[in-house]
Amino acid sequence: MADTERILEARGLYATFPRKGGSAPRATHYCAGCGHGILHKLIGEALADLGLQDRAVFISPVGCTVFGYYYFDCGNIQAAHGRAPAVGTGMRRVLPHAVIVCYQGDGDLASIGMNQTFQAANRGEGMAVLFVNNAVYGMTGGQMAPTSLLGQRTVTSPRGRDPANDGYPVHACEIINQLQAPVYIERCSLADAARVQKARQAVRKALRIQAENKGYAFVEFLSPCPTNMRSDSAATTAFLIEEMEKEFPLACFRDRSREAVPRTSPQPCFDRAALDALFSEGAAAATPAPTARGVLRVKVAGFGGQGVLSLGLMLARAATQAGCTATWFPSYGPEQRGGTANCSVVIADGPIGSPVVSTTDVLLALNRPSLERFVGDVVPGGKVFYDATVGDVTLPDSLEATAVPAFELATACSAAKAANTAMLGAVAACGLAGIPRDTFRAVVGHSFAGKPAVQVLNQRVFDAACDWIDTHPRRQDAAGR
Amino acid sequence: MADSRDNPAAGQRLLMKGNSATVVGALYAGCECFFGYPITPASEIAHDASQFFPRAGRVFLQAESETAAINMLYGAAGAGRRAMTASSGPGISLMQEGFSYLAGAELPCVIVDIVRAGPGLGNIGPEQSDYNQIVKGGGHGNYANIVLAPATVQEMCDFTFDAFDWAFRWRNPVVVLADAVLGQMMETLRLPATAVRPQGEDAWAVNATPAGRGNVITSIMLDFDTLETHNRNLIAKYDRLRAAGARVEAWHTDDAELVIVAYGVCARLARSVVELARAEGLPVGLLRPQTLFPFPETELRALAEDAGRRFLVMELSNGQFQQDVRLAIECRRPVDLLCRYGGNLITVEDAMAKVRNLLGAHPPKAGRPPTVAHNAGGR
Repeated sequence: MADTERILEARGLYATFPRKGGSAPRATHYCAGCGHGILHKLIGEALADLGLQDRAVFISPVGCTVFGYYYFDCGNIQAAHGRAPAVGTGMRRVLPHAVIVCYQGDGDLASIGMNQTFQAANRGEGMAVLFVNNAVYGMTGGQMAPTSLLGQRTVTSPRGRDPANDGYPVHACEIINQLQAPVYIERCSLADAARVQKARQAVRKALRIQAENKGYAFVEFLSPCPTNMRSDSAATTAFLIEEMEKEFPLACFRDRSREAVPRTSPQPCFDRAALDALFSEGAAAATPAPTARGVLRVKVAGFGGQGVLSLGLMLARAATQAGCTATWFPSYGPEQRGGTANCSVVIADGPIGSPVVSTTDVLLALNRPSLERFVGDVVPGGKVFYDATVGDVTLPDSLEATAVPAFELATACSAAKAANTAMLGAVAACGLAGIPRDTFRAVVGHSFAGKPAVQVLNQRVFDAACDWIDTHPRRQDAAGR
Repeated sequence: MADSRDNPAAGQRLLMKGNSATVVGALYAGCECFFGYPITPASEIAHDASQFFPRAGRVFLQAESETAAINMLYGAAGAGRRAMTASSGPGISLMQEGFSYLAGAELPCVIVDIVRAGPGLGNIGPEQSDYNQIVKGGGHGNYANIVLAPATVQEMCDFTFDAFDWAFRWRNPVVVLADAVLGQMMETLRLPATAVRPQGEDAWAVNATPAGRGNVITSIMLDFDTLETHNRNLIAKYDRLRAAGARVEAWHTDDAELVIVAYGVCARLARSVVELARAEGLPVGLLRPQTLFPFPETELRALAEDAGRRFLVMELSNGQFQQDVRLAIECRRPVDLLCRYGGNLITVEDAMAKVRNLLGAHPPKAGRPPTVAHNAGGR
């Protein structure tokens, strides 16, 4: 008698279902003989008995349990079709104390949502995934499910499930059991009272693992759907026991709940000073008045591997240190193929419009193809720095051109890769946007701060290039002869 | 608006990629979690988030797909927490189902879209062709995203910061709509002046507390009248958003016979065009929407009052944005279009030619290329 009362009492579920509305506020929307009602009671009872209702969030999937939130007296969220494990992941990651109940049917879990199921299990997310397998799509009207049996007739497999066309029933527990992270995996059945008692224990274990913050639990329930089986309760029970259990044997596949260690979560930090410290490394500490006047458009070009992009970056960094605004934009997409690279650097005393340099004030060319390609964009009176290995070249008289022996200088310093730094030294010594030479030198130091040996070499190359400019009269002749 | 001027550390000026700047903005805004899937040209956002979110005790998780990422946002947002993801065209397309659910359930979250060239796999060059799928809503149902449109690296940071305020104030997804140039370019950045400590006490949140126990988050409403009412409520919210006004920057528009309308990278290009045009004595101005929903209808309509005025839309898409400009001014003035696709940018030179053509002007005398004051020297 006492047992009967306990079964009738719906602990963990609302006493009435106002969210459902309608004329029967104490009746669920489930069909007669459906397994969902049984499982709902087991879950509700476990949440109540374990004292988890304040901590629990029930995820209603798409399928017959889309309205799970009519019933469960805990937090509720409804998810898109198949996405409940992702929704649970997002919620659990920000609520380390939450008990996530991820309730899904076979279409939701093992068809449209298989990847979310698999990946959440593989990460060992803190959630109890409760999987209702009734071998058919319920809510949409009895279509074939991933778990439909071979030969099973449904409205989308009217001649019976044919493996040649439809593949084979999906064994979710066995798939999950291939993964390292899950703590607990079991398949139960809701076919009769004895099996329900085992299912009850499985539900409680899965939820206890959540309460103790021990990780991922997966429990599959073979469940009756007489409506879509077009059969009565007795025949559906027989189908579960005699046919489904052959395909989906009941078993505990894994139980590591004793040895699993409760997880810890990091404490978020919202302190401004701590954030400042994260990002201000390498920042310009002061804000001097910008040395630039107006807008200076620089193009840097050469072969890939010559350090073209980092040369541009050092220019932009130096400009930033000198109080200027600066942009750096790398060559993009197809231009990178064929081994050439270029970037645009704009330095200004105020807001910068286009970060893409076409009309050019200063061109730095590390090879002949780059010089030939971009020199036509340089404005009259503009400057061109090119590597001396380019050799004989005819440039417009209106340009101020300097052939810098960048590779030679770098090689002489035993740093053949640092020709870009030599070019930077030459530019710094000749002057660019009024940026002090020391500022450029400091940027070279900072750029290689993680590699002391390389840092020393690059500063040596930088100094050598400055010396070279200082000891060679500016080559004003356009051809650089 | 995240104003960097009062922060002592903000005196420190950084050179930073636009993509990275969104992570700075998010962390200062108190964003608690980042869920994302790599895609060029947005990947640096995930790179930096993976580095800096854990260092600030926040959550970073590489999702198995964009589909999963947007649903993780749904879960975290459902808990009332500040959540963010970032992607580009193909990934954003995958997320559209999630956008619809987020908007339907009125959940606040922030999505950064670094638009690349499409359709299909397209390429990784810049375009603005996600305009319709973001501004018009690419998912199912009557809904709208709030859309912020930065044009500088500073704004990539500041607008991402602000996006969380918009999101929670309106309980709506907010998209920071940028492009591959803004994502990939580096520019001077000042750190935000304030760091937000989220209170996490939203009354509607499903947050595994006694207070949140009675809450439910859902977008399914079987009853037709109930769902119609829900739609009306959403639409009323969008109307209030419109009434609250767009953010817009007007530059040299007062006396402009030709107003260029552009956002994002095109607004930067247009800024250079206006400088050059003014140097040639041409009356050109720029109207730059900083929000695309709400759209600056009022500002455009006011400009269209002048019968002598015409408009030029610059965009990296096929007139998607131009259509909204035309609608805003009810086609009362000519609205020309200058656009490129496929990853190509509009050049300042091409835009100048178009401007001169529209104003019946001739280029300056040969031999004087368009230029602005500069100091190449300084030795």
